[in-house]
Amino acid sequence: MRNLISITTLIGSIVAVQLLTSFTGTGYYLTQLTMTAYYSLIIIGLCLVMGYAGQISLGHAGFFAIGGYTSAALTTYNLTSMLENGNSLIKFISGRGLLIAAQDLYGDPVLYVNPWIAALLAIFLTVIIAFLIGIPVLKLKGHYLAMATLGFGIIIFRIVLATEIFGEADGLSEVPGFTLLPGVIVNGDFNNRIFNYYIACGFVVVGVIILLNLINSRVGRALRAIHGAEDAANAMGINTSRYKLYTFVISAVFAAIAGIFLTHYNGGIGPSEAGIMKSIRYVAIVAIGGMANLWGALTMGVLLNFMSLRGMFGSYDDAVFGAILIIIMLFAPDGLLHLSIWRKLRKKIL
Amino acid sequence: MALLEINNLSRSFGGLKAVNDISFSVRSDSIKAVIGPNGAGKTTLFNLISGNLPADTGSVVFKGLPIHGLQPYQIAAHGISRTFQNIKLFPGMTALENVMIGRHVKTRAGFTAGMLHLPFSRREEKEIKEKSLELLELLDINQFAHIEASSLAFGQQRAVEFARALALEPDLLLLDEPAAGLNIYETAEIARLISKIQKRGITVLLVEHDMSLVMDISDEIVVLCFGEKIADDLPAKIQQNPQVIQIYLGDDDA
Ligand SMILES: Nc1ncnc2c1ncn2[C@@H]1O[C@H](COP(=O)(O)OP(=O)(O)O)[C@@H](O)[C@H]1O
Ligand SMILES: [Mg+2]
Repeated sequence: MRNLISITTLIGSIVAVQLLTSFTGTGYYLTQLTMTAYYSLIIIGLCLVMGYAGQISLGHAGFFAIGGYTSAALTTYNLTSMLENGNSLIKFISGRGLLIAAQDLYGDPVLYVNPWIAALLAIFLTVIIAFLIGIPVLKLKGHYLAMATLGFGIIIFRIVLATEIFGEADGLSEVPGFTLLPGVIVNGDFNNRIFNYYIACGFVVVGVIILLNLINSRVGRALRAIHGAEDAANAMGINTSRYKLYTFVISAVFAAIAGIFLTHYNGGIGPSEAGIMKSIRYVAIVAIGGMANLWGALTMGVLLNFMSLRGMFGSYDDAVFGAILIIIMLFAPDGLLHLSIWRKLRKKIL
Repeated sequence: MALLEINNLSRSFGGLKAVNDISFSVRSDSIKAVIGPNGAGKTTLFNLISGNLPADTGSVVFKGLPIHGLQPYQIAAHGISRTFQNIKLFPGMTALENVMIGRHVKTRAGFTAGMLHLPFSRREEKEIKEKSLELLELLDINQFAHIEASSLAFGQQRAVEFARALALEPDLLLLDEPAAGLNIYETAEIARLISKIQKRGITVLLVEHDMSLVMDISDEIVVLCFGEKIADDLPAKIQQNPQVIQIYLGDDDA
């Protein structure tokens, strides 16, 4: 019931913001708002891992990048010559309707993988990598886990930076739109702006509902138990390592989905999306939102990502998030939206 | 056949033999006590049985199945649940939620059911809640159901942990000093409760310092000292065992 009210409020705010931009003639904000919505998917997924399962990941930009880059590479790599050369694999998948033929800017034929197929492959790859990383790494705790996930993030960053099919330092561009339904296309088309805002927000609403369901379920309760006293949770019959692993994989998939669709929306992806500073930013936002507080993480995520995308932090962008992390850890480890702070503040002031 | 058989179980910490070649068995539907001075290895023994610690050597056989080497959650699923000497409730969760965790092994809604809020998981959740409330009632702490468990008084926390352990509907319940820190009324209450759950068909293995409690309710008693088994007998025999008397009353070991 409480969730129903919250979800209604969320949807209401999404609509209100769009109406506000259209009445005030500030429709250009929608671009950053749409991007912010996709970033929020990473935030809420990471919130599940950090706040509820009590684990940390300093490598979530890596999963975002795996999603975005896999999609981008598959949907921009021109397969025309391979088909002409009679490559049997390409012929086979082409015959199954898994490829899309189009023309590039110069009218030459291009043939690329259907974005749906690319997205499914990207998610599949993310799941596999999240399992492979998660199984050994989630045995670690505290700083060790933080460092191991940081290492993972660095590896992904260096891979995209050094691999030709990922565009090296330039990243990938000219990523085509993603046709979700006939007429419903995720792309950066100016005329499609309002539509795309709602698509991105739709992802967030669905993501929030799924995670709220999970948090309020038997599994969510088990996760909180693991967070509170892992050995007791295990003794009560909870397969703690499996629960931590699945949570990690789910949040990796959230990050990958954000990566996939933001890449189609922006029409490209660059190596900075895989950078360590991005991972740190996500952790900082979950922390300032109050860790075990999905709504707090979402609110702070929207606010800070939007400000950052609007360039409000100038060239101190990354520094701001670093500073946030330090300040939160020092003064408000329960997050900024946690009531006790306001109570303490009020007591100090009055 | 015994419900639980412990064979030549050993565990060392560094050079210290905390549990040294211990063997005994626990009959179905009985109450067996493990006693011994502080540091005798009682808690370590419990941790070895519940899988919270791996054994160096020896075996633990439960219902005819070897369970040493299994993870604690697997052992719990086999029907052994426990309480902890230094209470381990889940912080930030209410008394009710703590007990609901105990229903985990008896229920099955997983990640998919949770994320999609499937109808069967809603039904299951309702059952979990009802069963847990019943247990809180059994322990007479239902009025604290919605209070954060770790903010309750000590005796009430023990009761919550007890209810949580019972929620697994175990065949064997391990109680590590269930009466520690309780006053005489609460201790008498715990004794009554242990007898009651035994009559419901739950076998109990308990560590306890309160001798009157142990002598009252136990069918058999194992005595440990410095990791070794000193005696394993009926309460009346234990009371007369010179070695045990020496440990408990002797001047050199006091
Ligand atoms: N995790 C541990 N690491 C090192 N030594 C331990 C550990 N657990 C218990 N011990 C030691 O093993 C011995 C037995 O401890 P314990 O089983 O707690 O005894 P009891 O419960 O009978 O008081 C003690 O000397 C204790 O210090
Ligand atoms: Mg002990």
